[in-house]
Amino acid sequence: MYQEADRSRCFRRRLLVVGGAQLALMGGLVWRLWQLQVRDHESYALLAEENRINQRLTVPPRGVLVDRRGRPLAVNVPTYRVRIVREQAKDPRRVLEALAQIITLDERRIEEVLEQLRLHRPFVPVTVREDLSWEEVARIAVRAPELPGILLDSGLLRRYPHGPVTAHVVGYVGPVSQAELARDDDPLLRLPDFRIGKSGVERTYDRELRGRAGLSRVEVNAVGREIREVDRREGEEGADLQLTIDLELQRFCMDRLADQEAAACVVLEVSTGAVLAMASVPTYDPNAFTGGLSATLWRQLANDPRHPLVNKCIRGQYPPGSTFKMITALAALEAGVVTPTSEVFCPGHMSLGNARFHCWRPGGHGRMGLVQALAQSCDVYFYEIARRVGIDAIAAMARKFGFGERLGLDLPGEMPGLMPDTKWKRERLKQPWQKGETLVCGIGQGFVTATPLQLAVMTARLCNGGRAVRPWIVRGHLAHVQEGRGLAPPPLGVRREHLEWVLKGMFEVVNGPRGTAKASALPLAGVFMAGKTGTSQVRRITRAERAIGAHKRKDRPREERDHALFVCYAPYDRPRFAVAVVVEHGESGAKTAAPIARDVMLEALRLDSAPEAPTGGRLALVEGR
Amino acid sequence: MRARFDPVAPSLGEKLARLHWPLVALVTLLGLVGYALLYSAAGGAHSPWALRHGIRLIVMLVVMVALALVDLRRIFKLAYSIYFAVLALLFIVALFGEINKGAQRWIDLGFVQLQPSELMKLALVLALARYFHSAYLDEVRRPLFLLPPVVMILLPVGMVLKQPDLGTAVMIAAVGTAMLFLAGAALWKFALAAGLGGAALPIVWSHLHDYQRQRVLTFLDPEKDPLGAGYHIIQSKIAIGAGGLWGRGYMRGTQAQLSFLPEKHTDFAFTMLAEESGFFGAVAVLVLIAAILLVGFSVALRAQSHFARLLAAGVTVNFALYALVNIAMVTGLIPVVGVPLPLVSYGGTAMLTAMLGMGLLLNAQVNQDLSIPRFPVEL
Repeated sequence: MYQEADRSRCFRRRLLVVGGAQLALMGGLVWRLWQLQVRDHESYALLAEENRINQRLTVPPRGVLVDRRGRPLAVNVPTYRVRIVREQAKDPRRVLEALAQIITLDERRIEEVLEQLRLHRPFVPVTVREDLSWEEVARIAVRAPELPGILLDSGLLRRYPHGPVTAHVVGYVGPVSQAELARDDDPLLRLPDFRIGKSGVERTYDRELRGRAGLSRVEVNAVGREIREVDRREGEEGADLQLTIDLELQRFCMDRLADQEAAACVVLEVSTGAVLAMASVPTYDPNAFTGGLSATLWRQLANDPRHPLVNKCIRGQYPPGSTFKMITALAALEAGVVTPTSEVFCPGHMSLGNARFHCWRPGGHGRMGLVQALAQSCDVYFYEIARRVGIDAIAAMARKFGFGERLGLDLPGEMPGLMPDTKWKRERLKQPWQKGETLVCGIGQGFVTATPLQLAVMTARLCNGGRAVRPWIVRGHLAHVQEGRGLAPPPLGVRREHLEWVLKGMFEVVNGPRGTAKASALPLAGVFMAGKTGTSQVRRITRAERAIGAHKRKDRPREERDHALFVCYAPYDRPRFAVAVVVEHGESGAKTAAPIARDVMLEALRLDSAPEAPTGGRLALVEGR
Repeated sequence: MRARFDPVAPSLGEKLARLHWPLVALVTLLGLVGYALLYSAAGGAHSPWALRHGIRLIVMLVVMVALALVDLRRIFKLAYSIYFAVLALLFIVALFGEINKGAQRWIDLGFVQLQPSELMKLALVLALARYFHSAYLDEVRRPLFLLPPVVMILLPVGMVLKQPDLGTAVMIAAVGTAMLFLAGAALWKFALAAGLGGAALPIVWSHLHDYQRQRVLTFLDPEKDPLGAGYHIIQSKIAIGAGGLWGRGYMRGTQAQLSFLPEKHTDFAFTMLAEESGFFGAVAVLVLIAAILLVGFSVALRAQSHFARLLAAGVTVNFALYALVNIAMVTGLIPVVGVPLPLVSYGGTAMLTAMLGMGLLLNAQVNQDLSIPRFPVEL
């Protein structure tokens, strides 16, 4: 038992040591608390009241966008802005109303600012208006004493020097939405005045253009006034990007389309797929968006039936009409159901079952070979070869040339168009394919739709030796432009000989004596353009209308008129550029679209021969900031 | 003297009557302080913390009393099993643990994220108490006899370090060391261990994670990086200091309420308390903790069986250690190690561990007259 007594004595002793130590340590803590809370209370209280440390993000300048020759397309310009601090304003509504007396400031904006003030901490400044004129700055400065909490300072505003001309390509920036906040945790997005890319290149490359936030640590007093900067970590400036667009050509296209109500035009470099111009009318001024768009202007733009905000080159889906005939021809040639020289007789219509399919030319074309059928756009010839080869072969060929899929252009919102086949109809419409539909699709009508970009890509793939170029629009960071992009695209696997027969037909369209677009031949010696007209129906023509010729009348309502299309490339022997033009309700591909395409092509060729701009692009850019 | 040799346990009613109700009251009071504090931390709202804290408190009080009524001999028998079960849990988190704050510490049970490293502190106390229960001092003096308990301590310490959770690892090591000390291990051995530990420091340093090194460095010189890692300590000291003698008043602590204070609902809860209720409030809480400590030690002194003594002393030391480390941390005396203030800080596992510990303490108190044979075969 002595052992038990021994260890319990030892335990007691040691427990007293441990317990004593812990109690002593607690005493130490009391002493420490006394130090902090009683002895040094005043200095800590002062620190708490006056010296709080605040972290502030510094916004990096957004990357600049330039065209292929270094001309600025999107820059940042200094702007004066007026901001308000809730804590100092005391009664922000009264102050804002007083401010509205001296500068333009509508009631809606005041409400928005008050809402913003509620959302942020009392010492966070909220922007009331940007882009103040000098006169307004002066007026505010003079009345400053009557406007507590009002701050004047300068910031950077996004500016698009060529506004409407490049609107659909470059896009615009705008305030961050709730949805964008939810999927992106970049702290920059939480800043009250931050702008994020909303459309165009501004949106696809937003991350690159945005850069990374810097951090500035400032001491602030109890009311949030900054006392001094403690330290700062520099952010990363947004990357400057170079586009493949040629500003001059882009402007030419926009000007050339300007007198159309709604139209689109795409210019591609056929060897690489680089987009040289992408014009869509009507357009809008992206500069109106950066400073906060007024509700009326927004409603006006959004409700316009001609859709000015939509980039029709990638989002407009039109029946390709006769511009699709090259695809039908290639499908038939590759399948061997027709030879380049075998002929089909066109009496002006074709019967299938008890339906009758008409040629655009009431009297018919007579005997037609492939080249003449393309040149004169004979519908019956293509009805016949489409019937022979079948829709699935046509659809497969169309997909090779970029129909029915998004081409992966680096702009947001690209549409895929539609290339139907039997499987699609069975699955989507739950109906079997009708033979007559093959005929209609064979001339690019019916279910088939394509974007102007797809038509341009098709043309480029036809004339570049059958290689699957893909369109792209950003060459890369200005510091290291990826020159190799788009080179050496994979072959499509279409026989060279067949391609050449089709191209011959396209040559005849423009340069042949009976070509549908012979009026649009290039007025240049030794340089030839090849192309294809298209006039696609917007609605079905009834038998009664056809009988009285109502479908050709000029007084049809606009929205019932045919779309006018033209695709072309040049020079014929050494193709450089492909152009696709779609004029909504332009009535005739040959009369409306082809002349536009010819002029655009001429301009593209002219600019191509002009000396490549020097590397002065970088310089222009720095000034642009 | 009869009860000492009577193997028949007293009835539940007897046990309840014997229960140290003042200790239950002290524990409840401390939990209520936490509730009030969390209500204030949320800017005067029950969500997201106060209500859940309150519910947990009530549930865990019941569990605590229930644990106090279990037969101590049963706990004695299960001691090793509990230890190995928790060790297995530690192993499981290491394998499948959810990644949280870059460290694998939790098992998600749905209603609570279980942190086995917290439970390990109690399991270790149980296992060591049982081990030394059968050992007389001459055995304890033998170096070889001390080898198993040292392994029992180092095993979980190593695993927790690997998680990596420096704070908890140090806490487990400290509780283990305290147990060895209470059991009577020779003092020169502690000196030797301290010497070896000191020599190993450079090696440990090289194996620490960057953020852990940063914490130690920040502790040594918080002013060097006032907005980085030193931010927590400086802001905490400012808040405590600004509280003054009487505090800024309940729910009126500007530092905490304006969010200058990080983690105000968990590890820095005491800071908020000190800011809002001042020196007197903070000392009152310290007195509360000291009272629990004293009750715990008195239980340990009175207990007849060596197991109950070591158990009561172990859980009390553990409880006090938590409070000491937490308060020393927020007052800038030691590095920020991420140890909550028991019963006050928000957190499920912390509350669970603290209350289970109190349950064990109460059990030792209820069974203070019970004797347990030296060797379990005799049971």
